[in-house]
Amino acid sequence: MTTTRPTTVSLGMPTVRHGRGNLFAEEPFTSGAARDLENATLRGNLNFAMHKIRGKRAAVVSEMPDWQQLRAAGSAIKQNVLANLPELLEQFEASFTAAGGHVHWARDADEANAIALRLIQEQGVSEVNKIKSMATQETGLNEFLEDHGITAVETDLAEEIVQLGGDKPSHIVVPAIHRNRDEVRDIFLREIDGVRPDLTSEPADLAEASRQRLRAKFFDNRVAVSGANFGIAETGTLTIVESEGNGRMCLTLPETLITFMGIEKVLPRFADLEVFLQLLPRSSTGERMNPYTSLWTGVTPGDGPQNLHVILIDNGRTATLADEVGRQALHCIRCSACLNVCPVFERAGGHAYGSVYPGPIGAILSPQMTGIEAAANNSLPYASSLCGACYEVCPVKINIPDVLIHLRGADVEARHSARSTAPEAVDETPATGTSASGASRRARLSAAARTGAARIVGAVTRRVPDQMDALMAAAKTAFAKPRLLSIGERGLPLGRILGGRDGKISLLPGLIGGWTQHRIIDAPPAQSFRHWWKRNRPSTPVRRTPEQRANIAALIEANRGRAAELHERFAAPADDYTWLMAAERAAIQQHDATGDTVADYARGTETSATTASGAADEPMKGERA
Amino acid sequence: MTSATRPSPPGAAPSAQTPTRAQTPAPAQAATRAPAAAPAPAALRIAIFPTCIVDAMYPRVAEATVRILERLGHEVVFPPQQTCCSQMHVNSGYFADAYDIVRNHVEAFSDYDYDIAVAPSASCVVSLQHQQPDIARRAGDPACAAVAEAIAGRTFELSKLLIDVLGITDAASQLGSYFPHRVTFHSSCHGLRHMKLGTRQSDLLRTVAGIDYAELPGLEECCGFGGTFSFKNAGTSGAMVADKVAAIQSTGASICAGGDVSCLMNIGGAAQKQKTGITTVHFAEILASTRENPLQVSGDVAVSGGGRSCP
Amino acid sequence: MSEQTTSAKAEILARIRSALTDNPQPATPVRDYRQHSSADAQTVREMFIDRIVDYKARAFTETSETVAGRIAELLGESGRFVVPEGFPADWLPRDGSAGERIVDTAEAPLSHAELDQLDAVVTSSTVSCAETGTVFLNAGPAEGRRAISLIPDHHICVVPAESIVELVPEALARVDHGQPVTMFSGPSATSDIELQRVEGVHGPRNVDIIILD
Repeated sequence: MTTTRPTTVSLGMPTVRHGRGNLFAEEPFTSGAARDLENATLRGNLNFAMHKIRGKRAAVVSEMPDWQQLRAAGSAIKQNVLANLPELLEQFEASFTAAGGHVHWARDADEANAIALRLIQEQGVSEVNKIKSMATQETGLNEFLEDHGITAVETDLAEEIVQLGGDKPSHIVVPAIHRNRDEVRDIFLREIDGVRPDLTSEPADLAEASRQRLRAKFFDNRVAVSGANFGIAETGTLTIVESEGNGRMCLTLPETLITFMGIEKVLPRFADLEVFLQLLPRSSTGERMNPYTSLWTGVTPGDGPQNLHVILIDNGRTATLADEVGRQALHCIRCSACLNVCPVFERAGGHAYGSVYPGPIGAILSPQMTGIEAAANNSLPYASSLCGACYEVCPVKINIPDVLIHLRGADVEARHSARSTAPEAVDETPATGTSASGASRRARLSAAARTGAARIVGAVTRRVPDQMDALMAAAKTAFAKPRLLSIGERGLPLGRILGGRDGKISLLPGLIGGWTQHRIIDAPPAQSFRHWWKRNRPSTPVRRTPEQRANIAALIEANRGRAAELHERFAAPADDYTWLMAAERAAIQQHDATGDTVADYARGTETSATTASGAADEPMKGERA
Repeated sequence: MTSATRPSPPGAAPSAQTPTRAQTPAPAQAATRAPAAAPAPAALRIAIFPTCIVDAMYPRVAEATVRILERLGHEVVFPPQQTCCSQMHVNSGYFADAYDIVRNHVEAFSDYDYDIAVAPSASCVVSLQHQQPDIARRAGDPACAAVAEAIAGRTFELSKLLIDVLGITDAASQLGSYFPHRVTFHSSCHGLRHMKLGTRQSDLLRTVAGIDYAELPGLEECCGFGGTFSFKNAGTSGAMVADKVAAIQSTGASICAGGDVSCLMNIGGAAQKQKTGITTVHFAEILASTRENPLQVSGDVAVSGGGRSCP
Repeated sequence: MSEQTTSAKAEILARIRSALTDNPQPATPVRDYRQHSSADAQTVREMFIDRIVDYKARAFTETSETVAGRIAELLGESGRFVVPEGFPADWLPRDGSAGERIVDTAEAPLSHAELDQLDAVVTSSTVSCAETGTVFLNAGPAEGRRAISLIPDHHICVVPAESIVELVPEALARVDHGQPVTMFSGPSATSDIELQRVEGVHGPRNVDIIILD
């Protein structure tokens, strides 16, 4: 796994700084996905697990009459956290320090790792216990410590499986989800000294083997490293949400505890936990509550570690924060609900995303933390069919499809800029960024992205212009100029030649060839609708007087309730999951007042008075007189 | 098809506040009140926005839409300047190009006299609602954004127009729809999630005379189209559509209907490549089908060009 | 503070301020989720039992007269168990009736290895949330320090009936964040292999909850 990457050089003034560590796709998503799609075991493991966890989440969410209120509160709290981040971090530092802890600040992954190493070396130990932590996965702490002669023992069962198997995590909450029980048994038999040779594949037996292996390490190792689910500014309280008790062991038994915490993990008030401790477990593992949650506020004499440290980490979070659309990715509480419902994740698996953050959230988080042009991270925003399942289940309402599209725009802009700007000509002047307007912010971001781009060694070679550009340019020309489209459509019958005798196009070259690997294309029709219309509806409508126009609002009002009335005539859908999600969607619709026919139409009529303003009886634009 | 109460969902505790499930939950807005009888609307002038893909590749879907609305006595008009909603460009990240297309759509529909517009696509209507104003704003054109929003508000997806505006709740008696075949139905993600259409499209289908309707298992699952996703990530997309085709096969139906031709092109294309004998059709084609002029479906020819056209 | 910390802090805060030059003004969070239960005590108690049993913990209901007997029965005759210093004496079995009682005190805390040799721990609790089946330990005198309720494999926990609330916000409002908080919902568990839930990993594998009227 890559541990470091070039980033922008400090030029004195704060500007956009991207993250380092395990955030990079080493190859385009498509390549990684193609390999894993071939792995029938992996696909079987994932298909089974993802469908199971989806059902569990939907069932426990359906019990909550106020789920949408909790989501809205969670989202609003996180928005406020981001807006007040400097004040909250300083408040957290003051509270944590007052409670007897020590606060450290790390600009990037390397700095965080170096701080941890120094703290561990101060204790004179060569082995530390670890609670599963995305932040330390992100910084590559284990590999870094290994290079300095310190062994980090992963104590979460899934992380243990990954570590013993010399593997990479593929999921945020269940990192070994790509392994089935037989594979886990084989890893344990191979890697654990003194394990029972008759170890079975039963998960209970495998968990027992882990308990036996780690028990002495829990009692003997004097230093533990954790992440943090939440840090409370008001009190300095830290929180770990877990299942197995390995977290409690690491938080309670050592003398020294070092906590890695992303700067976005801070919450204003202790009472805010009442929202997130409801949202997280139901979204994450589909439980009403996870087995164990630990909260600790600094040092308690006679109870738990007396030497407490927290490392507050930026590592590309401020770069993400600078994007007005993309910053909502920092709301993420690492629940994995978006991974679990994602049809792309289900097929391609987590490794295809490269970064430690896989799935839909990873596809928007990793490219923002590293800059869209780093390594192959610009392939991640395209790793989605934009089906929207992730947004519905996100407990903090991150509109992942919107951010994916936004980042595709950033990628197109960056690729076009890279083409028109030779690396030598990159303007290295730090962006000033004093304007509050979105347009100038975007310009500043893209300037920063260009600077970063020129510095990425071995960036993916770009063809100038590529097939996608050509396709989009051609389509745009036609769609922006109806006369051209009409002329073009006269050529449709020519496409039928490609279709051959059966009217099907079964193999095409180039980019579109991807389509015909799995599907045929229908040959085009003999004529477009536009031409059919001209031929079959030759009369030209004339403009009416305003009095002649129909009262649509009255019709909508008169037919209110029709959809429900019709719906009630029919039976339940074919499967329980469809039913549960329909209920959840209805609650979203009610809470957010989206998709409402009356409101949608009202929006449309507000400005309709200003449109269609020509005089009655005149032919309308584009019509023949 | 039965309306019997099904067993509790998996994982739900007996004491959970899970409602009994004779029906899927209705869309929230629709439950407000149910009218006693539908007023017969006067003839409307309805502007059709066939969408670019229907215009060029599946004109029969727009022709079917015209037939249904004219059968109800309404006047259908076609603002000739229209082309595309811009979604393909937006979803591909080509925002500057998309702006030109948005402007064209806004011009095409703002200077035209119609009461309401209709599109046989949830996906493209969602693009009008959410993407067009955003693209105009990004381009620094708030005036265009405002008009785009207004046009989107007056543009209805077909099932929503039929039910929520025209009061159609029985296709057999009100539209004369007749289609004596076993049919299953795929709900497009844009209709299901982005537009929150609920079951409007499939509910209308179920009221067609002679139809043998089969629920599709895994209705929540995306078919894998996703626009350029289908060829940029061809492997993953191919795996998704293969699973969708298998689900359709499990229903025993050889016809899969839907409300977005992009999904139907994807599913139908894969079904044909696999030689499953499954055909995809737009629900408008089934609603337009009558005893006198039935939609002929044989083999895998539906929704493609050629043969069937409206009189 | 070290020079590294000072400069890193200054730079990170400057980066954040630079990233927020658009001056976002999000709306104040609306807390219209359930914060106060409308259910009666019996309903709440039944919900609590339903949920903890769902987690594979065992649930018992006792009075102050019967609790000692129940604890004795759950401990069995031969086991050695630890109690915190402040655990009420009249809830405990009489000496000799149930194994060997060991009291953990601030002056002479048991070592990790000593705790690992014990069969059980008996504690009280601060508050419990019925909707999620969660018991909150808050390091009170009858609950003890965190290690004693973690290392022994069998946790017998007394939940006073009046400490059961329905909702998470109600429960959190009753804890003192100045002391360590451990929330547990049944025995330790993992779903890390094929998402199949298995009870019992590193924390106590047997959990008995005694609701005390």
